[in-house]
Amino acid sequence: MTTTPRWRALTHHHLFWPVAVLVILLLVNVPFTPDFFSIKMTDGHLYGSLVSIVLFGSPLILVAVGMTLVIATGGIDLSVGAVVAITGALTCSYISDQADQSALSGVFLAMGIGLVAAVVCGLWNGFLVARMGIQPIIATLIIMVAGRGVAQLITDGQIITVNSEPYKLIGGGYWLTLPFSIFVVAAVVAVTVALTRRTALGLLVESVGGNAEASRLVGIRSMRIKIMVYVFCALCAGIAGLMISSNTSAADGNNAGLWIELDAILAVVIGGTSLLGGRFSIGGTVVGALVIQTLTTTIYTIGVPTQTNLVFKAAVVIIVCLMQSPKFRAKVFGGRFGTKPGAKGGTGQPAAAQAEPAAATEPAPKMEVS
Amino acid sequence: MLNRRNFLTAAVGVAAAGGLAACAKEDEGSSSSSAGDGGGKKLTLGFSQVGSESGWRSANTDSVKASAKEAGYKLQFSDAQQKQENQISAIRNFIAQKVDVIAFSPVVVTGWDAVLKEAKAKKIPVVLTDRSVETSDESLYVTLVGSDFTDEGRRAAKILEKVLETAGHKGAVKIAQLEGTTGAAPAIERAKGFKEVMDADHKDDWKIVASQTGDFTRAGGKQVMAAFLQSNPDINVLYAHNDDMGLGAIQAIEAAGKKPGKDILIVTVDGVKDGFVAMSEGKINAIVECNPLLGPQLMEVVQKVKDGETVERWIKTKESDFMQAQAKDALPTRKY
Repeated sequence: MTTTPRWRALTHHHLFWPVAVLVILLLVNVPFTPDFFSIKMTDGHLYGSLVSIVLFGSPLILVAVGMTLVIATGGIDLSVGAVVAITGALTCSYISDQADQSALSGVFLAMGIGLVAAVVCGLWNGFLVARMGIQPIIATLIIMVAGRGVAQLITDGQIITVNSEPYKLIGGGYWLTLPFSIFVVAAVVAVTVALTRRTALGLLVESVGGNAEASRLVGIRSMRIKIMVYVFCALCAGIAGLMISSNTSAADGNNAGLWIELDAILAVVIGGTSLLGGRFSIGGTVVGALVIQTLTTTIYTIGVPTQTNLVFKAAVVIIVCLMQSPKFRAKVFGGRFGTKPGAKGGTGQPAAAQAEPAAATEPAPKMEVS
Repeated sequence: MLNRRNFLTAAVGVAAAGGLAACAKEDEGSSSSSAGDGGGKKLTLGFSQVGSESGWRSANTDSVKASAKEAGYKLQFSDAQQKQENQISAIRNFIAQKVDVIAFSPVVVTGWDAVLKEAKAKKIPVVLTDRSVETSDESLYVTLVGSDFTDEGRRAAKILEKVLETAGHKGAVKIAQLEGTTGAAPAIERAKGFKEVMDADHKDDWKIVASQTGDFTRAGGKQVMAAFLQSNPDINVLYAHNDDMGLGAIQAIEAAGKKPGKDILIVTVDGVKDGFVAMSEGKINAIVECNPLLGPQLMEVVQKVKDGETVERWIKTKESDFMQAQAKDALPTRKY
C-alpha cells in the first residue's frame, strides 16, 4: 500500500504512537455505539460523541499544554487542580454577587479576578522553584493541598450556582455550531506553538530543562524562563477552571479539577514529552489529552462495571506506555515497528493492537530467560 | 547555665499559669453548670463534624448548632476537616473536658475502638450522627441518628412508579443510573435499595441499561450522562444518587436536544435547594429527601441518653418524598 520509506517515516514520527492509540480507542467504541462517529445538528449546534469528547476534554488539554512546558524545564506542577478550583470559585462567587449576572462587564471582571488569582499562584510556584530552589514536586504540593482549602473558603463549602448566559458560553456554550471551548483551546494551543516553535522561546525552555546551570552560563536567564512556565501553566489551569465551572454553571470548591494534575501529567507523557525535561511536544500533549478523554468516554459507553473502572483505565495506560517504549517494541515485535519497515502497511496496525493484551503478559518470562 | 535554667523555669511557670488559667476558665464553666445542678442543669454536648465538603454537610452543621442553642445546651463544636486523626483528638478533648454527651459523624468506618473505649471508661455516652462505624464492641456507642440509605433507594423506586404513572408512561422503562462515589455507603446502599424493589416488582418491565459513577458531582453527572445518551439513545428514566449529578445530567440531556422531565423522567436523592429549583422548573420529576436537618432529633436523643432512658440503636431521620407538584410549595422552605 505505502512505499517502504514512507511507512518508516510514519512510524518514526513522534506523533505516530499517540495518534495510533487514539484511533484504536475511538474504533473500540464502534461496536458498542454504532453511530459513534455520526455528528448531527441539534438545537442549532453540532452534537455527537466526537463533539462531547472535545468539549469535555478541553479543560484537560489546556492544563496539559501548560504542564508540558513546566515538564520541559524538568519541573512538574501538582497545583493545577487546586488552581482550577480557586479560579472557578472566585469567578463564580463574584458573578453570583452581581445584581445582573448576565452583565458582560461583570462577567469579564469576574473572569479577570479569577485569572489574576491563577497567575498569582503561578508566580508563587515559580518563585519557590526558581528563586528558592525548592524541588518542584514539593513547591507545587503546597498549593495543591492548601489551594483546595482556599477554594472552599471562597465558596463557604457550598456549591455556588450561577445563572449567567455569557459566562455559560466559555465552557458550555456553542459558537458557529461548535462548542466555544474548542475555539479557546485552539487559540491557546496556537499561541503556545507559535511562541515556542516560531521564536527561540521553545529552544530556551528545552535548554533550561536539559541543563539549567549550563543554560545560565551561556547567558540564558533560566530563572526567568522557569518562573514564566509556571505562570503560563497556572494561567492555562485558570482558563480550564473557568471552563469547568462554566460547563456546569457552578463552582464546586471540593471537586472541580480534582486529580486533573495526574491526568495532565499522563497526557504529557502519552504525548511523548520526557519527564526528565529538555524535550517537549505540544501536539503530542493535545493528542495525549484526547486519548485520556476518549478512554473516559469509552469506559462510560462500553459499560465497564463501576468497580473495575480504574483497573480498566490502568490496564489501558500500561499498554499505551509499553507500546510507546522503543525497547519494548523491539523485544516483542522483533523490530517490526521502528527499526525495520513493516511489510503489511496499514493493516498491520490494528492487528498489532489486538495482540497487545497477550503481548503485554508474554514478555516477562522472555526477559528472564535472556 | 543558671540563666538558661531560670529561663526554663520561667517558661514552665508561664505555661503552667496559662494552663491553670485555662483550667480555671473551664472549671468555672463546669462549676457553674454543676452549681445549677438542681434547677435545669446546662448540658454540654461535644460534637465533631466530618468537615464542610458539601452544601448538605453545611446544612447539617447549621442544624446541629441551631438546635443545640434552642435546646439550651452548651455545644463544643469541632470540625475534623475530613481527617480521622483530627476527629479522634477532638473526641479526646471532649473526654478531657468531661462533656455530658459526645456526638460525631465519623469520617471513616473503622478505627474508633480505642477512643470510644476511653469515652466509655469515663462513662460518657456516644451518639453517632449520619454515618455508622464498625466496632468490635457494640456497647461503645449508644445509638445512630441518621438516614437509611437502602430505604432511600427503595423509596426512589417507589416514587418512580408514581412518576411513571403521572407521566402516563407506557412500555419498557429503560433506566440510566448515576451512582455516587464508588465504595461510599450512600452509593452502594442507594443502588441496592432501588434494585431490591425493581427485582421484586418490576422484573419484566424495568431495566437498568447503563450505570456508572458520577462521583456525586455535577461535572461527573454531566459527562457520564452525555456518554450514556450516545450509547443508549433510548434511555427514558434517570435515577441519580444525588441532586448534583442529576443537575449535571439535565444539562447533558438538554445538550442532546431532549427535554429533561419529559423525554427522560428524572428521580434524584438528597433534596438540596438547587434540586428543588430544577424540580419547580419541571426538569426533575421527583426527589427523595435525605435530610441533613437532624439537629432537633439529635438533641432529643441527647437528652434521653443523659437522662438514662434507653433509645433505639438506629434512629432514622425524618424524611419525605417530593413529587413535582409539591416543588413550588416546598421550595421556600428548603434551607440548604
